[in-house]
This record gives sequence, C-alpha cells and structure tokens, in this order.
Amino acid sequence: MATLSPIEAVKAHSRGLRGTLVESLTDAPTGSLREQDQHLLRLHGSYQQDDRDVREERRLQKLEPQWRFMVRVRLPAGVCTPAQWLALDALATGLGNSSLRLTTRQTFQFHGIIKHDLKPVMQQINAALLDTIATCGDVNRNVMASSNPIESPAHAQIAECARRLSEHFLPHTRAYHEIWLDGEKLSGSPELEPIYGASYLPRKFKAAIALPPSNDVDIFTQDLGFIAIIEEGRLVGFNLTVGGGMGVTHGDAATNPRLADVAGFLPVEALLSVAEAVVTTQRDFGDRTNRKHARLKYTIEERGLAWLIGEVENRAGLKLSPARAFHFDGNGDRFGWLRALDGTWHRTLRIRAGRIADRPDAPLLTGLRTIARIHRGDFRLTPNQNVTIAGVDIEDRRRIDSFIAHFGMDEAERGTPVSRDALACVALPTCALAMAEAERYLPQLLSHVDAILVRHVLQSEPLILRITGCPNGCARPYVAEVALVGKALGRYNLHVGGDGRGARLNVLYRENIDEAAFLKEFDALVGAWAAERGVGERFGDFLWRTQRLPLAGSAHRAA
Amino acid sequence: MDNQSNALRRPLDVGQQDQLLALLAEMDPQALNWVSGYVAGIAAERSRPLAPRSLPEAAARVLVLYASQTGNGRRVAERLGRSLEAAGLNAQVSTTADFPCRRLNEERIVYFVASTHGDGDAPDDARPLMDYLFSRQAPRLENLTYAVLALGDSSYPKFCEAGRRLDERLAELGARRLAARVDCDVDIEAKASSWLEQSISIARAETGGAAPRLTVVTPLRAAPAPTISRDNPIEVELFVNQRVSARHADHDVRHLELALPEGRMEYEPGDSLGIWVDNPAAAVKRVLELCGLDPSTPVTVDGATHPLRTWLTERREVTRLARSFIEGLASRAEHMELRAWLAPGGIAELRRALKELQVADVLKRFPATWDAESLVRVLHPLSPRLYSIASSRREVGSEAHLTVGVVDYKQDGEARMGAASSQLSALPAGSKLRAYLEPNPRFRLPADGTRDVIMIGPGTGVAPFRGFLQARMADGAPGRNWLIFGGRHRESDFLYQVEWLNAQKKKHLHRLDVAFSRDQAHKIYVQDRMREQGAELFAWLEGGAHLYVCGDAEHMAPDVECALLDIIAEHGKRSADAAREYLAELLAQRRYARDIY
Repeated sequence: MATLSPIEAVKAHSRGLRGTLVESLTDAPTGSLREQDQHLLRLHGSYQQDDRDVREERRLQKLEPQWRFMVRVRLPAGVCTPAQWLALDALATGLGNSSLRLTTRQTFQFHGIIKHDLKPVMQQINAALLDTIATCGDVNRNVMASSNPIESPAHAQIAECARRLSEHFLPHTRAYHEIWLDGEKLSGSPELEPIYGASYLPRKFKAAIALPPSNDVDIFTQDLGFIAIIEEGRLVGFNLTVGGGMGVTHGDAATNPRLADVAGFLPVEALLSVAEAVVTTQRDFGDRTNRKHARLKYTIEERGLAWLIGEVENRAGLKLSPARAFHFDGNGDRFGWLRALDGTWHRTLRIRAGRIADRPDAPLLTGLRTIARIHRGDFRLTPNQNVTIAGVDIEDRRRIDSFIAHFGMDEAERGTPVSRDALACVALPTCALAMAEAERYLPQLLSHVDAILVRHVLQSEPLILRITGCPNGCARPYVAEVALVGKALGRYNLHVGGDGRGARLNVLYRENIDEAAFLKEFDALVGAWAAERGVGERFGDFLWRTQRLPLAGSAHRAA
Repeated sequence: MDNQSNALRRPLDVGQQDQLLALLAEMDPQALNWVSGYVAGIAAERSRPLAPRSLPEAAARVLVLYASQTGNGRRVAERLGRSLEAAGLNAQVSTTADFPCRRLNEERIVYFVASTHGDGDAPDDARPLMDYLFSRQAPRLENLTYAVLALGDSSYPKFCEAGRRLDERLAELGARRLAARVDCDVDIEAKASSWLEQSISIARAETGGAAPRLTVVTPLRAAPAPTISRDNPIEVELFVNQRVSARHADHDVRHLELALPEGRMEYEPGDSLGIWVDNPAAAVKRVLELCGLDPSTPVTVDGATHPLRTWLTERREVTRLARSFIEGLASRAEHMELRAWLAPGGIAELRRALKELQVADVLKRFPATWDAESLVRVLHPLSPRLYSIASSRREVGSEAHLTVGVVDYKQDGEARMGAASSQLSALPAGSKLRAYLEPNPRFRLPADGTRDVIMIGPGTGVAPFRGFLQARMADGAPGRNWLIFGGRHRESDFLYQVEWLNAQKKKHLHRLDVAFSRDQAHKIYVQDRMREQGAELFAWLEGGAHLYVCGDAEHMAPDVECALLDIIAEHGKRSADAAREYLAELLAQRRYARDIY
C-alpha cells in the first residue's frame, strides 16, 4: 500500500488544527511559522507567502524571505454588507498592503500581513461578523453562488443555500476561536469532526450553486455543484454536478482538468444531505497518498460515476431523479445598471484582476469606500472578480453614478468585451506556486490582444481570456476560449477552444511559448476567425467547427 | 640546542653527512623545502606498522548530493543511496542545502542529482553551492571524482541547464568525471535506472581495492616572510562584498569576505582585522581647495618626502577630526568659538565637534592661512580601521569575513564623505585592500569546550559571534551557545538571520533572543531581553558560562552591564556591592569579556 502523504499525518496529529500555532506565532526571531503549522494555518484561512520579487536579494543578504500572510475571508455567495465592506477596507489599509483583492471564488483576500499582525487581523474580521474559517486547505472552501442580479428572489434563495452549505461544512474544532479570538483553551481531547474526521479531506474541495442562464460560477469546474432549477418562478431543486476540477501538474500525465458530470436531480430539502454524502464519500475514498491526485475528479475517474451516485444515494438515503433541463448562455458578468424583478437596481463594476487599490487614475479603494458609506443595499462579489452594488433604490442611483464617475471606477467596464471578462490569478510576486506573471502582466497582455482584435475588426465580440501563473488553475483557465498557463518567467502554455459558457474544456494548442509567439499564433487564429466565422459564432466554437484544434480530451457538457 | 648536543644526536655517520651536505649545497631554498617534505614523508611511511590498515573514512565514502525542487531529485538520490548501501558501500545522501560548500574539496566520490527549474535555474537549495562553485572562492577539486544526473523538462528551452553547468564547472575546477552526464526528461525512469546501475558499479570499482594512500606530510615552512603588522600590512583580495541589511533598512551593513595569505595571518575568532583605507579623492580635493594649496607641493615631514596630495590621501586623516588639529588651527587664526572649544569649560562643545564635523567643515568655518608643511604637521596621522573578524578559520579556511556598518551621516544637508566604511562598501569584488591582523587575546572562546557561552551583540557587534559559533560548531564543543541580538527591525536588520535560524534548528545555537527596538510601539533593547531572561542568564553564569559583549561602547555596553549587575543582584540575592564583586570576579577569570568601540 502506498504511504500517506506527509500532510495527512500533520492534520491527524494536529489536535483539531491547533498544532503548535500559538508557539509559532510568538517565535520572535522569524517571521515564519513552523513548517507543520503552515499547513494547519490554511484551514484557518491564511497562507504563508513571501515577496518573490525580493526573495533572491534577501537570500544573498542572509536574511530569511520576506514572509507575509494572505488572509481569505469566508463569504458564502460573495454577499457582504456596506458595514462589513468598510471594516475590511480599514483592515487592508491599516494592516495589509492597502489593497483588497476579489477572488475568483467571490471573496476578499488580504495580502501583505506580517505574522505579528495575523491575530489582530483575525480579530478585526471577527468584529465585522465575518470569519476566515476553512477558506484554504483540505476542506470545503468558500461556497459560491451565481451573482445573477436579475432573478433577485431566486438569487436570495440560492445565496441562503450557499450560506447553509458553508456552515454545514465548517470544522467543529474550536481551535480558531482559541488561537485567534482568545477563546477558552481546550482541556482534554480535541473536538470530534463529525463530517470530516480527524484528517479532514484529502485535498481542497470546491462547491458552488449556479442559477441559469448564467454560469458565472463555472459550475463544471467545481468538485460539487448545484444547478438551480426554477419552475414557474419557484426554486424546485437542483441538478447535482460532481467531479469538476482545474488543477494539473506540468509534465504529469496522470493529472488533468475535468468537467463535472451531471448526476441527477434532487429537491431543495435534500441539499445538505446530498452535499454531505458527496463530501464524506470523497473523505473516505479520495487518494490520500498523492496530493496531485487527490481531488474528487480522480476518485470518479477511477471508480466511475455510477459508483459515486450509488454511494451518494446510499449515504443520503434517497434516489436522485433524472436531471432536469437547463440552459447556460455564458459565464461572464453583465455590467451597467440592471433592474431586478423586485424593482431594485444593481450595478456591476469591472475590477480588473479583482484588485481594488488606489491607482492614480482610478482610486478604486477610496471610491468603493465612499459608496459603502452611503449604500443601503449590499455588495456582491462575482465569480469573475467584479463587484455588484446590489439592491439600490432608484433615487440612490444618481448619487452612486456620480461617485463612480468621480473616482474613474467605470473606466475598466468601457473596455472591450475581452478585457471586461478576462481573469487573472494573483501569481507573482505573492503566490508561492507561480511560475510566471499573471495579474501584473494582464494589462499589457490585454493591450496586445485588443490590438489584434481591432486589426481584424472583432474588438466588439465576446471572448473569454484567462491567465494563470501556474497550472493549478485558480482563474479556471481550462474552460476559457483562450488561456495562458504559466510555465516559467515569460513563458506560457496556450490553450484555446473553450465555449464561453464554461461547458467545454479547451485544449493545449502551443506549449511553452513567449509573448511574441503567442501574439503570432493568436493573430493567425483570429485572422481565420474573421475570415470564416458564421453569424455570431464565438471564437472557441469556430475553432472546433473548423477543426483547427488537436484532438485532445474533447470533453464538454450539454449546456 | 648547542653544537655539541646536536652532534651527539645526529644519526648520520661522517661520510653520510658529507654526502648530504654536498647535495644540499647545490639546492635553492625552494628545493630545500621540497626535500624536507619528501624526506619527512618517507620517514612517516617507514615508521607505519605493516598491518593492513583500513581506508580513512573520507576516502571510502560515497556522497550523493541532490538539489531538488519538487522532490524528484530527492527520490532518485535516496534510491541511489540505498542501492550503494546495499552494494556494501559507505554512502551518504544529503541535500545541497545542508552540505557545507567549502568541504567539497575534502570529498572523493560525489554523485550529483541536479534538477533544473524555471528558465534554466538551479533549485533554491542548490544556489549556495552553485554560487560558491562559480565564485572567486571556488576551490581546486583535483581530488574529487564525480558524476552528474541532470533532471529537467525538455519542453523548456534550457533543458537540464543547471545540471549541465554543474557538470562543466566541476570539470573546470579539476575534478575528474567518472561518467558522462545523463540528462533525464520528465520521464525520469527511462534514463535514471541505467545511470544508477552504472554509478554503483563505478563506485564499487573506485572504492573496492584499497586505494594507494597518498602520503600526507607538511613540508617545513619557508622562512617566514617579514611579519605582517600595522606598519607592514599585506595586500589581500576582496572576494565578496555583500549587503546584509535589507533594501529598506536604515543602515547599509556589508558582509566582506577577504582572502588572507595562507598560513600568515592565523587569526582566532575574536581577533580584528586592521584595514588601511585611502582618503577619497573628493575629500582631499576639498581640503586642498579650502587651504588654497597646490597638491604637487613636495612636503618633508619626519624625514619622508611626498607630494602634498600623497600626504593627504595616504598618510593623514582628512575626515576624522582630532583635538591636535583644532589646536593647530586655533594657533593660526583668531576665532572666539575655536578658543572656547579648547577652554576648560568647552569640553562638551569640543566633543560634539569631533563627533559631527570633518576637517573640511572646520577649515571652511574658521578660515586661516596655510602652508603645505604646516598643514601636514598639524593633521592627525591616518590610522587604520579595525573590524572584528566574523568568521572562524575552521569554517572558512584562509578567508576572513568582516561585518561593516556603513557610516553615512549627513551634516548641514551635505553628504559626508570618506568614512572608511563607505569607501569599503563601494569596493567591487577583486579589489585589493591593505590589511593586517590585530589579535585580541582578551576576547576568546573558553579553551574548555564544555563551557556555556552567552553572546550579546546587537548590530554589527554580532560579528565576532558568527566566528565564535562557527568555531564551536567545527570543534563540536558540547557547551551551550546563547545569542542575544538587537537591531531596529527584524525584517531588515537581523544580520546573518538565516545562519542563526539554521544553527538554532540544528541545535548548535541553544537560545536565540532578539530585541528589535522599532518593531512595536515601545522600544526594546538587548538589556531588556536580558532582564526578562534574568533567572536563566544567572543560572548559566552560575554554571560557569562565559559572557561576551560586543558593539557600541557609548550606550549599549553600559546599559548591558547595568542589566547584568541587576540580574546578579536579583537572582543571586546579593547587594549591589556584592554584585559588582561578582562581576569583577568574572572579569578576572576572563569569563566576562567585551569588545566595544
């Protein structure tokens, strides 16, 4: 039998995720945590990282890396109140790097926190009635839900479902309260984890709820998904999806991105029991020997979908019915003012790469702070790293518009469709896994891409472009129409052929190319698209129809 | 030894002696030295017992060094190590991160498993080794035999580049390649297996028969060259000039590595190196301009004649002020303020002036008429700068490392020139420096390695303790080591942080306490940490520990001593006087030593 990955022992012996975190936090000669505590910290919602721009310089200076912590908030469905926004803004300005970053999983990340400030940060987040529990690590992560503003009554329901899912899967250990919030110290043995067990899950676990026709959550990239089925204006249940996942490892043929399978339909009241059945099945059968092979997608690939459905039905005590019809028309956001069915107004602002900071031309952080002070609805972070100012009364619209104009906050949304929908992960200099630039390079990349589209008069066409600094896929690159996946500084794998609805995997088109090679390839493909496309035919669909892509895993889901 | 006793002990008969003398008469000193070693070697060989002897351990050992980013390299290396052991060989597997680079020339057979990542880069763990091998310090590796297994991903343009560079560099340094390098793609197995098998059979062949043992003898030394001293310094090469405070630090601190002549400057940790640094041309020019003098004017003082420029550049202080210069200036020009500085009540003003002003500042403020000779006579002779050595020869061989805090003060908004430290900080590797050894026998590690050692060294005061710890580690001294360091900010001023943390992890440094004054609202200094740990510190002293203090003499050293007295009084339950006696006794036993400046 293969041996368990070392992190399994770290989790199992952590006394409910406590480890020696308290000692690590007070270890004065270093800004780092002890190695095992670094793994445990993730399940508390934080990653230890370092500024890679100065890593080599500091090595020569005989100084340890410039350790910093990323802290990720738990925010089911991406919904937060203006008061919470203001609290998080104050935190970013006071203890972080004066930026808030919106993630592709609809939540906030803080970057640049030093070890000494971790505890105050956690306490301030708690004071805003939020927490960071289980937003990283081998647990169910932040639960997403479509940010669809039009169907507001249905949205309210699925957001509530996301919140219930998130809470249902919270670890039961009180370690978080004990370590960060000065809660009572554990006496005796650690708390039992009824869902997770002592070793938690084999790997990260991602869950989301989609509200058709929007597939903004990219439901087929999630380990566990629920497609809301609305009949006669009423939420009647969900189609269950299982086994999606993006992460791969370069050069490791045993890893691959995978689209989730649609497993069947369940009524609303079965949501938690079915979700728990999927989670515990993965807990019991996921591969704990190889972290690169530990996601639910591999469990399904090895044992089959029918086996999984049987296991889930047994555990949940019900039979799934045949999946109901649904249709997705895209995975992007809708910008500008939209009127919801309940009469309220919503405005989604484009936040490039999700980074809310004060740039000279666009002081976004100040601008959104100003709006948060007067806003009476709520904010919704979208799966596309944007923010929706939601639930605005008609009389408040003009005031909010004037702020948006004053702070230059609408500049990004006036860009081309490709620039409005593009996603980039954090990458360098922050992320330890990054092999290449992503967020920092995105503006330059988009200006080149725009120029090519303009040359072929296709600049008004929608086109989903995503870039990540490594193959783990935080920006869900493998369902994009064009994706660059980092291999080394300045070099990327080029993937093309997604369908713009998140229901088809793209394929690897060129390996390890630099910017010039990418622009040349892209120009050729766009040239062909311009010359031969059918009416309204999207880029990815065109490439498939005209058979320009290598015959690789051509997975796609009916959508 | 007189001639008679010499004759009595001489083991040669007269005929042998004559033959020998005739032979020796024709030889030059170099040949004589060679013969001395040669003959000693023969003697050593003949006096060896004839019983079969086991090979020395370093000769028989096969070392497998790996540098791994993702773990593939480690796995292959461990497999090789296990196979070598199974073949009955003495194998040791180590990551390059844990291997002391400077010991490479002591190894005989090394297999390298070297992966490449990113754009042809070596893994982080291999960087210290690669840096070393590609540096000026790179040793000759004539005794080393090796083979390289390179791991990479051929979809990258610089496939297996790190392995290739390592392989070629080792050959350049004189090491002998046991087998051609093998480059593995992501499908490692395909090529690694046969490489492993080949490596095992080669290693067996290389270590199998009792390799002829090289006779190691130390030839008699050449007649010592003239002693290196303050007035007879020697030119040494600067190998490394590396900033060791972070880019945003308040102070620029440099780590210098110097090449000392083999066998001629055998320092001990605690000693200092004296460095002569010429005055910067700009500072000399400014003085010349302010005095309105011609730099080429020949000046004869104390029997030596040089152009004025040479006097000011190499022989006289033109940056540091001295009282004698103030006096000389006061005698040439009537200035009330100057008089006041020299008056009995002006000592505070004078001290401030000496600390803050340079020669040029005073010349400008108090104009006078100068001739070249008078100027040279009244300026203070240039003195060398002393720096505590921050290394141990046990660790770095014939190098000496220094930790130099760059004095970069400003006066009246003008950048000050000329502090020797700022001159040094600007020198590129390869520069030559005039240096000599300044022994400090009062600041030495205890001869008894079982004694505990407490080292208090904030800022650049930590320098000698780096040497102390290197020596204690090299000696395997069983006593405990405790370092108390201080600075402004942990992230930017923690000198040699990585080394301390590593030593702590490996249990060579048993206690590490740090005081960073500006990392929190209230200031914390080393003496505060001492007081916090007072009971423990006193227990160490009672157990025979030696306590060392190095660094600032003006504030730090008195504050530390005060804390020490309080600790002795409190935890030793003594009166203040008794505590002073206790400390005096430590001092008398040389268990309390200070190197302060």
